[in-house]
Amino acid sequence: MSEAAIPALPAAAPRRMGHGAFWLASAAVALLLVLALRGFGNEYAYFAATFVLQYVVLATAWNILGGYAGYVNFGAAAFFAAGAYATVAFGKALGLGLLPCIALAAATGGLMGFATGILTLRLRGAYFAIATLCLSVVLQTIVVNWSYVGGSRGAYVIRPREVPWPFDTYGGYLCAVMVVLAVASVAIARTIERSRLGLGLAALRDDEAAAEAAGVPTLRLKLVATTVSGALMATAGAPLPYLNSYVEPNSAFGLAYAVNAIAMPLIGGTSSWAGPVIGAVLLASLQQAATVTISSAANLLIVGAVLVVFVCAAPHGIVGLFRGRR
Amino acid sequence: MTEVVLRAEGVGKRFGGFAALSGLELEVRAGERLGLIGPNGSGKSTFTNCLAGAFPSHDGAFTFKGEGLAGLKSHERARRGLARTFQLPRPFRGLSVIDNVRVPLAYAGRDAATEERAMECLDSVELAGKANRMPKELTQVELRRLELARATALRPDLLIADEAMAGLSHAEVDQILGLLFRLNAAGTTIIMIEHVMRAVTEFSQRLAVLVAGRKVADGDPRTVLSMPEVEEAYLGR
Repeated sequence: MSEAAIPALPAAAPRRMGHGAFWLASAAVALLLVLALRGFGNEYAYFAATFVLQYVVLATAWNILGGYAGYVNFGAAAFFAAGAYATVAFGKALGLGLLPCIALAAATGGLMGFATGILTLRLRGAYFAIATLCLSVVLQTIVVNWSYVGGSRGAYVIRPREVPWPFDTYGGYLCAVMVVLAVASVAIARTIERSRLGLGLAALRDDEAAAEAAGVPTLRLKLVATTVSGALMATAGAPLPYLNSYVEPNSAFGLAYAVNAIAMPLIGGTSSWAGPVIGAVLLASLQQAATVTISSAANLLIVGAVLVVFVCAAPHGIVGLFRGRR
Repeated sequence: MTEVVLRAEGVGKRFGGFAALSGLELEVRAGERLGLIGPNGSGKSTFTNCLAGAFPSHDGAFTFKGEGLAGLKSHERARRGLARTFQLPRPFRGLSVIDNVRVPLAYAGRDAATEERAMECLDSVELAGKANRMPKELTQVELRRLELARATALRPDLLIADEAMAGLSHAEVDQILGLLFRLNAAGTTIIMIEHVMRAVTEFSQRLAVLVAGRKVADGDPRTVLSMPEVEEAYLGR
C-alpha cells in the first residue's frame, strides 16, 4: 500500500530451497534446539528460551500482515492476549490441556483476524493502524469486565503435575512446545513469502490499484493475511498462562507486546522470514539480559533506542544490510 | 462485420455535483485501434477507471465480449482480458522486473506463470536484459515498457493505454508506438488515450473525442480533427 510506513526492500535472490526441504530443515532445527536446551536442563534457560521464542512467533506472525502486505497492525497485543485468554477460558470450560488450548487459541486468533480484516481492510495506512489499536483497547475492556477469566484480578493457571515424556520439568516441555511453534510459524511465513500468495501480498503492499489491475484479488489476500497473522499471534500468546502461571489484563495486553511485535521485524527486516527471527532473537535476548541484570523497566527503553538506530542507519533492517552488500 | 469487444451504453460518473462523464456511448471492435482524446478534465481517465473497475460508474453499463461488467471488481475484469496501463508508471517497487510480470501471470490465470512466459513478456517489450533489475534502476521509457509488459502478461483482449507516452522524447514515443502496433498486430484491441497528437493520429484507425464528459466526435481521425467542435475544444473559440 502506498501509505505503508515500511519501505519496500529489493526482492530476495533467486529461490533455492523448496518448501518441503525447508519444512524438513525446520523440523531438524526444532529437534536440535530441543536437545540442546535439554542439555542445559536449567529452569531459567527454559524460561528465557521460551520468552525469546514467543517473540519469534509473535514477530513472524505480525510480519505476515505488516511486512508482506504492508498493513501495520498496532493491535498485536490484542491477538497475543486473545491467545493467552483462550487458553484460560477453554482450559477452564472444557478442562483441556496446553496443546488443545493452543489449537483453539489459534482458531480464536484466526477468527479475530478475519473479523478485523472484514471490518478494517478498506482502511489504509494510519487509519488501519489506529483501528487495530482500538481493537486492543476494546478487547482489553471486555477481558477486564469478564469475571469468568479473572477480570482485572487476573487468573491463575496451575501447571500439571505430570510432565510429558521425555521431559523432566514442565518448563522444559513448555520450551519444547514453543520451539515447535516458533519453527512452524517461521516455516509457514517462508512458505507464504515464496508462494503465489506472497507475490500477491508484495504487489498489493507496493500498489494496491496496480495489483488489482494485474488480476490480484487484493481484498481476499488481505483477509488471508489477517487471518493467518491473527492465528499465529494468538498461538504465540497461548502458552503464556502456563509460562507465568498467572495472567492478568495489564500484562497480557501490555505495550511491550505491541511495540516488540512491530520493532522486531523492523529491526530484522520486514521483507523476509529471516528478519523477524533475527529481530526477535536479538531484541528479546537483550531484554531478557536487561531484566536479570538491570530491571524489566529498561526493556522498552532498549527497544526504543535500538529501533531509532535502525530506522536511521538501516531502514531495511539487518537483512537489508546484508542484501545491500551483496 | 467484426465482433464488438466493448460497448459503453450511457455511461455516467459524478464526483459530488460534478459530472465527469455523461451518457457516454462507445463501441470498440475486435482488433481495432481507437484513439480517445480530449482536453484535460474531459473524462478520459475517468472513463478508463470506470471501465477497469477502479471507480463504479453511476449510470449506464459496459459490455465486454458480450458480458456485462457491472459488479465485477478490477481484478475480475483483468482476468477476463481487460488490461490497462497507468498514466504515471506504477511498478511494484519491491519486486524485480521479472517478478513484476510474474504477478499478472500468477493471478490472471490466462497463462502459466512460468519463468519462460515471464521472459517472453519482457522480451516483447525489450526488457529481457533487465529481468533481475529493480524498477528504481529503470529509465522512464523502460518503466512505461514494464507497464506494457505487465499488461500483456494478462494476454488481454482489450488494452487501455492511458497516456503511455506522456513526457517521453520523440524517439521514445516511437519505441512505445512500435510496441503498441506489434501488440495490436498480435490481436489485441487497443484504446489509446493520449495527448501526443502525432502518436494518436499515426496509431488510431478511429478517433473519439471527449469534451466535459461527453463524446463530441467519433470517426475517421482526419475528419474528426478537422471538426469545428474539436478544434474549439482544444484551441478555444
